[in-house]
Amino acid sequence: MTEFYLRKHRRATPHYPGFTLEVEFALMGGSFTGVLGPSGSGKTTLLRCLAGLEQADEGFLRCGDEKWFDSSLHRPPQKRSVGMVFQDYALFPHLSALDNTAYATGDRRDAAGWLERVGLSKYAGQKPHELSGGQKQRVALARALARRPKLLLLDEPLSAVDEDMRTDLAKLLAKIQRETGVTTLLVTHSKAEMASLCSEVLELKDGKLVNRR
Amino acid sequence: MAPLDWQPLALSLRLGLWVVGVLLVVCLPLAWLFARSRGRWVLWVESLFSLGLVLPPTVLGFYLLVFLSPLSPLGSWLESSFGLRLVFSFPGLVLASCVAGLPFMLAPLAAGIRGIPEALLEASWTLGKGRLETFVRIVLPQLRPSLLAGAITTFAHTLGEFGVVLMIGGSIPGVTKVISIAIYERTEAQDFAQVHVYAAVLLVVSYCGVVLLGKLGQRPRRDKSR
Repeated sequence: MTEFYLRKHRRATPHYPGFTLEVEFALMGGSFTGVLGPSGSGKTTLLRCLAGLEQADEGFLRCGDEKWFDSSLHRPPQKRSVGMVFQDYALFPHLSALDNTAYATGDRRDAAGWLERVGLSKYAGQKPHELSGGQKQRVALARALARRPKLLLLDEPLSAVDEDMRTDLAKLLAKIQRETGVTTLLVTHSKAEMASLCSEVLELKDGKLVNRR
Repeated sequence: MAPLDWQPLALSLRLGLWVVGVLLVVCLPLAWLFARSRGRWVLWVESLFSLGLVLPPTVLGFYLLVFLSPLSPLGSWLESSFGLRLVFSFPGLVLASCVAGLPFMLAPLAAGIRGIPEALLEASWTLGKGRLETFVRIVLPQLRPSLLAGAITTFAHTLGEFGVVLMIGGSIPGVTKVISIAIYERTEAQDFAQVHVYAAVLLVVSYCGVVLLGKLGQRPRRDKSR
């Protein structure tokens, strides 16, 4: 189980309204949970605090028997067992799909296995700029899972791909999550994506949890 | 015609390599600091380090002479503590050329680092890699064109530097008489045959540098997802 209470104030900028994120929740082991909300509701901030990319002002975060954050501790992302899939893929442009996938562990055989699971075996030698948007997102997913994380964080993974690809990717996400049993948190704008993928949905507004179903 | 003196050319090449080597080591962390810091101080401090782009070399040379001369506190301390006299010596020439060439290395590196998407670093951290490993495995490969551009422009600039090296080094054969000084002296002596050879070497080196920079500027990559 991953339990957290996180509070973080984000100051307003000329382009972005400020808000205070304040969320308390527990993710059951192996669950697929969605976080829904309009822009500026704190979805991505929540994800980044869970990953350790940002430090909450106060609260706690426990993943299984490991403490990742509290008033006296902030484990950096490299010391948390998280896998993160970024909205714009964030693949390393100088590495092939295989080397991107093997980056975390250095195990190329294992990485090849992950590429096979996401249906990209024949693209293993391609660099990111030679892949389509959907293929890149599959590599990003394989790369995040190759580390065998305890918590998988997906930041709008389907938003940058076209409609046809989105359905295929959603099916693949659901299948792999089921097979690996990794606790997964998905952030998205799309209610349809949520409905097709998540067993539980959290709705955020102005940084607060306003609905849970 | 007197036999061609290759010593100034060899000295210039040695100086250029030293300056590029030293500045690569010095400018990588500096560029990282400037590119990744958000404070208002960045503009002021980075501008100070970039002064060499616009300051007349003789002014830079004059200040270096003032600070490094054995009569200055720093110069006399260096001489009494380490027996090191920097003015009119090759190490002094390396130091002065590093100060003059620093912005030529710093600017492309800082621009290169600013161009690396933050998400790449964050992805590496979430994949279990620390900051140093991320720098070596992700940042440095992305910086290759910037490193090459910085090395080429710094090397070419050092080869052509005149004002600073004359002020700090003078013209001691085999020690501080670099090719630009030799060109000036040979022209004064109306020994145009030697000047032609020196000038042609600098012309060819500079042209090759510009061609290489042009090649680095070409990015034939086409992204299938766009």
